[in-house]
Amino acid sequence: MFRRIDKATDTVAITFDGIPMRVDTEQTVSAALLGQGISTLRKSVVGDRPRAPYCLMGVCFECLVTIDGIQNRQACMTIVRDGMAISSQSGARALDEGC
Amino acid sequence: MTLRKIDDVHRLDREYDLAIIGAGPAGMAAAAEAAAAGARTILLDENPAPGGQIYRSIERNSPARRAFLGKDYWKGKDILKAFLQCDAAYLPQALVWSVEQGETDGKASVELRVSAGGKSSIVHARRVVFATGAMERPMPVRGWTLPGVMTIGAAQIALKSSGLVPDGRVVLAGSGPLLYLFADQLLQAGGNLVAVLDTTPRSNWAKALPFLPPFLVSPYLLKGLALLVKVRRSVPVFTGVGTIEVFGQDRASAIRFQAKGRTEEIDIDSAFLHQGVVPNNSLANATGCLLGWNDRQKCFQPELDTRGRSSLPAIYVAGDGGGIGGALVAEVGGRIAALAACLDLFPEKTRQIGPLLAKHEKRRRVLSRGRTFIDTLYQPAVAFRAPTDLETIACRCEEVTVGAIRDAAARNVVGPNQLKTMLRCGMGSCQGRMCTATITEILADVQQRSPDDIGTYRLRTPIKPVPLREFASLPLTPDAVQAVTGDHSDRS
Ligand SMILES: Cc1cc2nc3c(=O)[nH]c(=O)nc-3n(C[C@H](O)[C@H](O)[C@H](O)COP(=O)(O)OP(=O)(O)OC[C@H]3O[C@@H](n4cnc5c(N)ncnc54)[C@H](O)[C@@H]3O)c2cc1C
Ligand code: FES
Repeated sequence: MFRRIDKATDTVAITFDGIPMRVDTEQTVSAALLGQGISTLRKSVVGDRPRAPYCLMGVCFECLVTIDGIQNRQACMTIVRDGMAISSQSGARALDEGC
Repeated sequence: MTLRKIDDVHRLDREYDLAIIGAGPAGMAAAAEAAAAGARTILLDENPAPGGQIYRSIERNSPARRAFLGKDYWKGKDILKAFLQCDAAYLPQALVWSVEQGETDGKASVELRVSAGGKSSIVHARRVVFATGAMERPMPVRGWTLPGVMTIGAAQIALKSSGLVPDGRVVLAGSGPLLYLFADQLLQAGGNLVAVLDTTPRSNWAKALPFLPPFLVSPYLLKGLALLVKVRRSVPVFTGVGTIEVFGQDRASAIRFQAKGRTEEIDIDSAFLHQGVVPNNSLANATGCLLGWNDRQKCFQPELDTRGRSSLPAIYVAGDGGGIGGALVAEVGGRIAALAACLDLFPEKTRQIGPLLAKHEKRRRVLSRGRTFIDTLYQPAVAFRAPTDLETIACRCEEVTVGAIRDAAARNVVGPNQLKTMLRCGMGSCQGRMCTATITEILADVQQRSPDDIGTYRLRTPIKPVPLREFASLPLTPDAVQAVTGDHSDRS
């Protein structure tokens, strides 16, 4: 749903739900995925409806994803790293490691 | 002198004179001022780079590459430069998730719990300045949870920090200075803006008029007018927009709205919403600082004296987190709060600090001229603050509708905290940040009480989820025990 207006300087390799992609460094996971045309990162916990990042500043928690096996990470507050494995979360509240 | 950037939470000193939370204009200016006054200063910020909201990514951006960000944005370079040259310590990507006021040797002090790089640590400080900035007020409309709908602030963050422009047909909807500022930035960056839906109530103009004279000398007047004219020349602008609804199956595909008594519909690929900003008072709330209702700006803010002192002796609040005043007022407010803290810490420096404080207070008076006009003009329509469409989702996390809240309100729920246990609104991941304003205003509307009387959710620490293993690595406090055991008994 977004496109970049300038050329990337450096890229890293990440995966989203197993799909490999190269994205610019020094940006958040949300921005990287939005730049790849991916906006729906999870399903809502009650109605199981698609949800996308909403505030991009750490307030709304709509961007929760699993990163390298750790659930409920805020994609908009996490910077991409080479080799990062990101997956979408769906449906009912999972028993998470956070609190 | 240069800033000492720290990259590990375990490398922080055990104690500082002053801790500052937030690296926006208020926090950066506060750090520079405190360090110059001789305080051992640490600045902690959740973002990876300094700048806060307005000056986001200011270190990496340049006018040559992204001129469209505008003159006001580039002013951040000077504040940044002074910050980078000051004798303070700085830990980026650090979330302060709990602050407790306590005592050291009979004197007030604070204990901060900080998470960075997957580790948590405790930092002690004799004083703390919360420079935590603002967040956007929620704009609950039908369909606002669909992918393809975001806030205008979010679109601006994507543009500033990653050079991302929304693809396809874009509509901006809402009210407030950021609406036209971003419309202009987006157009210059090559976005396909197809319409601006301005929801500012027409009646606000008459209410704001008596406050016009001081605004006439405000630096914002010409800039604001120029932006309006510029945007209107390039894009259809609908004013006095009443109701808004976004449609789509699995993502937004159209927006329907009422303007001048007619219903219009526009095909879209994305819509960005905005109803002004409100203080991000999560930390102040969770720490137990007294909050009060600002009826002109329609939000809760910490109760502060003119120098940023909160109701708790070691805690100061500066910038938009203490009350919305904009970037320039935030910067000078940061200086004032830092100097006030230094004055309390080092009474022997009164002769050095006193005149500085007087200078900045004078400057703040000048910069604040015209604020009443802006606040009154951009006071959001009640339709978006206390929505009446029963199907609209108010609490996005737990999917609680306006209808359910109005229903419970009519059955005499005492306040937001009780509503939370009844309906689960505010119990989701965001801990109520996204619905608290809506809940307060709906309760006030239904029960015909003042929002001040209704109150707001009481937040708990950790103010954001912290992994259990990080949590467990620190000594427990009563609040921490409560958070882990999940005891959510009502404290209101
Ligand atoms: C999304 C958005 C976009 C905006 N864009 C503009 C604009 O383009 N022009 C304009 O004039 N005004 C803009 N504003 C208004 C803005 O609030 C002020 O102009 C200005 O940024 C306020 O400065 P500040 O220093 O008070 O806070 P901010 O600049 O908001 O900085 C606050 C900082 O505190 C950090 N923080 C908050 N809580 C914690 C915590 N618990 N732990 C660690 N760090 C924390 C945040 O990450 C942030 O970096 C915007 C506001 C928002 C919300
Ligand atoms: S998008 Fe709102 S918290 Fe990440």
